[in-house]
Amino acid sequence: MTRIIKLFPKGFFTSNETLVAVVIIAFCAIATLSDPLFFSVTTVSDLLRASIVLGIFAIGAMLVLVSGGIDVSFTAVAVSAMYMTTVFSLGFWPDMPWYLIFTISIFLGACLGAINGVLIALFGLPTLIVTLGTLSVFRGFLLTFVGSERISALPPEMRGFSRMVIARGTTEGGSFYSLPWAVAALVFVVVLTWFILQKTVLGRSIFAIGGSLESARRVGINVRAVQFFVYVYVGALAGLAGIIHASMGRMADPFSLVGLELSVIAAVVLGGARLIGGYGTLTGTLLGVALIILVQNSLIVVGIPSTWQSVTIGMLILVGTGIPAYQAKRAAAKAA
Amino acid sequence: MKQATISSRLIHSPEFRLAIIALAVFVLMSVLSPDRFLSSQNLTSMAFQFPEFAILALAVMLTMMTGGIDLSVVGVANLSAVVAATILTQYAGPDMSVGVAMKWYLIAFAAALLVGALAGLANGALVAYFGLPPILATLGSGLVFTGLAIAMTGGSAVMGFPDIVAWLGNGKLIGVPVPLIVFVLLAIGLHILLTKTGFGLRVTMYGANPLAAMFAAINVTALILRVYVIAGMFSSVAGMIIMSRANSAKADYGSSYLLLAVLISVLGGVNPYGGYGRAIGIVLAVLSMQFLSSGLNMLQISNFARELIWGGLLIFVLLINTIDWASLGQGRKNSNKSG
Amino acid sequence: MASANPHAFIDMKGITKRYAGVTALDGVDFSVNAGEAVCLVGENGSGKSTLIKILSGVEQPTDGEIFINGEQRFNLDPRASSAAGVMVIFQDFSLFPNLSVAENIAFSTQLSKQNTLFKKRNARDLARSVLQRIGVDIPLDTRVESLPVAHKQLVAICRALACEARLIIMDEPTTALTELEVHSLLEIIRRLKQDGVAVVFVSHKLAEVLEVSEKVFILRNGKNVVEGPATDFDAASLTRHMTGRDLPQVTVSAISETSQTLLHVKDLTKAGVFEDINFELRAGEILGITGLLGSGRTPLAKALFGLTKPDSGRITMDAKVIPLGDPLASATARIGYVPEDRLTEGLFLTQSIIRNVAVGRLTAHERYGFLNMKSLNAEADIWLNRLKVKAPDIEAPVQSLSGGNQQRVALARWLARAPRVLVLNGPSVGVDVGSKADIHNIIRELAASGIGVIVISDDLPELLATCHRILVMRNGKITDEIKGASISEEELAHRLAS
Repeated sequence: MTRIIKLFPKGFFTSNETLVAVVIIAFCAIATLSDPLFFSVTTVSDLLRASIVLGIFAIGAMLVLVSGGIDVSFTAVAVSAMYMTTVFSLGFWPDMPWYLIFTISIFLGACLGAINGVLIALFGLPTLIVTLGTLSVFRGFLLTFVGSERISALPPEMRGFSRMVIARGTTEGGSFYSLPWAVAALVFVVVLTWFILQKTVLGRSIFAIGGSLESARRVGINVRAVQFFVYVYVGALAGLAGIIHASMGRMADPFSLVGLELSVIAAVVLGGARLIGGYGTLTGTLLGVALIILVQNSLIVVGIPSTWQSVTIGMLILVGTGIPAYQAKRAAAKAA
Repeated sequence: MKQATISSRLIHSPEFRLAIIALAVFVLMSVLSPDRFLSSQNLTSMAFQFPEFAILALAVMLTMMTGGIDLSVVGVANLSAVVAATILTQYAGPDMSVGVAMKWYLIAFAAALLVGALAGLANGALVAYFGLPPILATLGSGLVFTGLAIAMTGGSAVMGFPDIVAWLGNGKLIGVPVPLIVFVLLAIGLHILLTKTGFGLRVTMYGANPLAAMFAAINVTALILRVYVIAGMFSSVAGMIIMSRANSAKADYGSSYLLLAVLISVLGGVNPYGGYGRAIGIVLAVLSMQFLSSGLNMLQISNFARELIWGGLLIFVLLINTIDWASLGQGRKNSNKSG
Repeated sequence: MASANPHAFIDMKGITKRYAGVTALDGVDFSVNAGEAVCLVGENGSGKSTLIKILSGVEQPTDGEIFINGEQRFNLDPRASSAAGVMVIFQDFSLFPNLSVAENIAFSTQLSKQNTLFKKRNARDLARSVLQRIGVDIPLDTRVESLPVAHKQLVAICRALACEARLIIMDEPTTALTELEVHSLLEIIRRLKQDGVAVVFVSHKLAEVLEVSEKVFILRNGKNVVEGPATDFDAASLTRHMTGRDLPQVTVSAISETSQTLLHVKDLTKAGVFEDINFELRAGEILGITGLLGSGRTPLAKALFGLTKPDSGRITMDAKVIPLGDPLASATARIGYVPEDRLTEGLFLTQSIIRNVAVGRLTAHERYGFLNMKSLNAEADIWLNRLKVKAPDIEAPVQSLSGGNQQRVALARWLARAPRVLVLNGPSVGVDVGSKADIHNIIRELAASGIGVIVISDDLPELLATCHRILVMRNGKITDEIKGASISEEELAHRLAS
């Protein structure tokens, strides 16, 4: 670690991870000063709850950015997988165990992701535009052919899942907190993705493709297979995030989730992933998610009215990506 | 020989393909539902519907020609409309004399255009001065613009305008819907700008190779600024039409228009990596989309199916274009010959 | 050449390749022994890259036989070719900028073992041992993007070695390197040869690799022209065989005594890049600026055209100060700049030939923002004709042209602006020998017409053949000024590197 710092002293102190971490700490400090109750187990558990779905999405989106693409369809994948699974379960086996329900949703998500995968990996279509297209195809299909009604009578096992907690209790101040098992899903996704990215040839190939597509082909990486995997994996993660979202919210709402994609990409980009591909870390992504969640939930605590939430997130994106971009531009001008 | 290459270029151009698609959709819909699709009532209502997002598509197209994109068009449209609406509700009520109302309407319109220009300037500066990738710059600024509109209105609609506001979106001039006239004028203007002016050629060349443009002593910064300012002002016009048709302004109107605008641009044959695009392509793409969606309406197909079909059409066209380039006919021969 | 050569690692016989009626290769013979260095030379389009593609399995020959290690191979594909130890290092090196040196070196090995897990320790061990094998020390954890070009090339060589290369094919290996770096590359090649690794240089830049090579194969129009021991060739004979004609030895004509000073550069400094640059340029003079990569020659060239902003100093033209760091102001002052990298900096590849020229003259043919297309195109056409650009259709994309013609298009754009000073950075990089001589003629004609020309290059024969005066840069400073034609190539190379 020290060697890396020695090698990239500038890179470390101006990296997005550091920048975002500093902003988060500052945010928490100001929040605690203005409201001492802010810094509590309750807040932490609330924020953690709120970041499960966004966090899983963000990890998927980061993976796509690393591979050199961009995906905006994952929210539609999530909502489709979740809703179809719920409808299927209610229709055929309402008492289906929760893990089976989850598996089906993940599988459906992977299948929808595979459609993106075919279009991008096989036909080489531009990723932003393809996924904009599949976003509306998936959602349009769901709402037209599967259903457009909110379902609040979920299969009992899904409701049961939301009640499964790792820890719960009441603080001395009398406020209630709980840490659901769904958090474990996020942890699981983080560990699995870390393992794939850092420890497997497949993961390194994802970085390699993002770094240079042409070189990857020449070295003999099966570029199509790797890209296909990326979109299938993202789809699977979306399926998981979708079913968790429905279980935790105790409602399968076919109109939910879509619209979140920009916040997710904002979080990932804040965390230092670059649109050109090849760069992105899990730490950065999680920090980015934490910051977005803080802004979405606790803006009022630092004295900014919540109607300014969009402006704040927008400014964060502009500043958070603008500073490194500007520095890079200056450095390039200087070196030349 | 020369003649042959020109006609073969025409046939291979994305616009030609698109014209056939537009025609096919039109014929299909006319056959499926001749009485209603071809009725003058339907044709007029189509002409009122599409200009607002078609103008946004023109804005997106211009930025796409530089290899960029403007994801903030809807945000700019709504912010402009909210500013104009605030001015109108502040100084001009529904029961004001036409003359005075007209004055305030023009002021509000000018303010909206100014907002669009400033927003575009901000986008351009982020891209040209700070070196942000256009996707990120306009994603972030779009949130900011929408956010400002929310902050100004508290998220609710602004309404209560003088009657003349309705004219831009709902009026007719010699029997032609006004928004259609606005769109046609802007499309022609953009076509002239792109094909007849130095600015247009510079935009195309910059889109083809930004670095070479810099080395060819093109004022790249000014060029990018102007591109995004024009895009911003086009968005304002769209915002004013939306406001007129809804008779109110709100921060989250037209949220599906961004997808639609990008979709139309790509459908219209604009190269998303920059360097190619024609206004006629946008017009044809808009027409196909509108024929399709309004025909589907006739056939009692739900709104959600429209989303499905739009997305499907986009991917279909992408597939046609790509397959044609990469694996069939000349593409393969050429790539072999270069060896 | 009737039976298979028992010593040859690679033996290709009667290789013919036709693409839809075009014959790219016509009965070519090519062989490489183990531990041997071979030069494969030819102009652009002579068929050398097609031959390499066939050898590396990317393309199938229409006719002919391929023996590897004495064994005849049919339907060679990239996998089989690399399994046999044939590795190609492309001009762009095909590395991953965002991955570490160790990962870059070991990536293919890990892939070919069909590992699921990426074995980081194995990767580092392998990388370390290969770097040791060629006697180079590069930090294993550095990201490749931060390495200098020469090191990137070494990483690419190491990657080939890590895959147990028996034959390394290097495409244009010296284009991006300075003379000094070429020398250390040649050292490494010698080591590889001792190890029994064969090397093929594919090049149209000549001479410098001859000293380590055993054999030379020359292709012209898809046919073997000559082959023989490297000692039989020198720069002049290589050129003759490649082009089929002799390059005339030309001398630079003198500058008129009365010619005025055009450009005056005074104390130009950019911290850490170049410092205290002082020189004058007279009308009709051709001034060469040379130096190793990193000597500051390219940043200086860019600074002269305002593409980089110096910290201090002054550039004046006719006693009028030109604002620093402003390419538009430089262009207005009628300075022109033809960049080094035609493909990424110089040309709009997908745009038409005529547009590529016209883009330089938009302002002149613009009224109220509207272009007069007729006069614009007519003028561009004149310049295309004047520079003898061979194009079947001026509306065709400029990428359809050969390297030499592309360079003429880039020149035409600037000449149309009637520049008074023209800065040419690497005017003949990637241009075949025949066109190179033509371009040198154009440069001399330009100077004769009164333009001040600055040629920035590390191609020493080019500088000697065109320049009245040569400035040598080292570590950002001008260290030497040489009158053209007063010095031999060897002497100039020595002053550059010492």
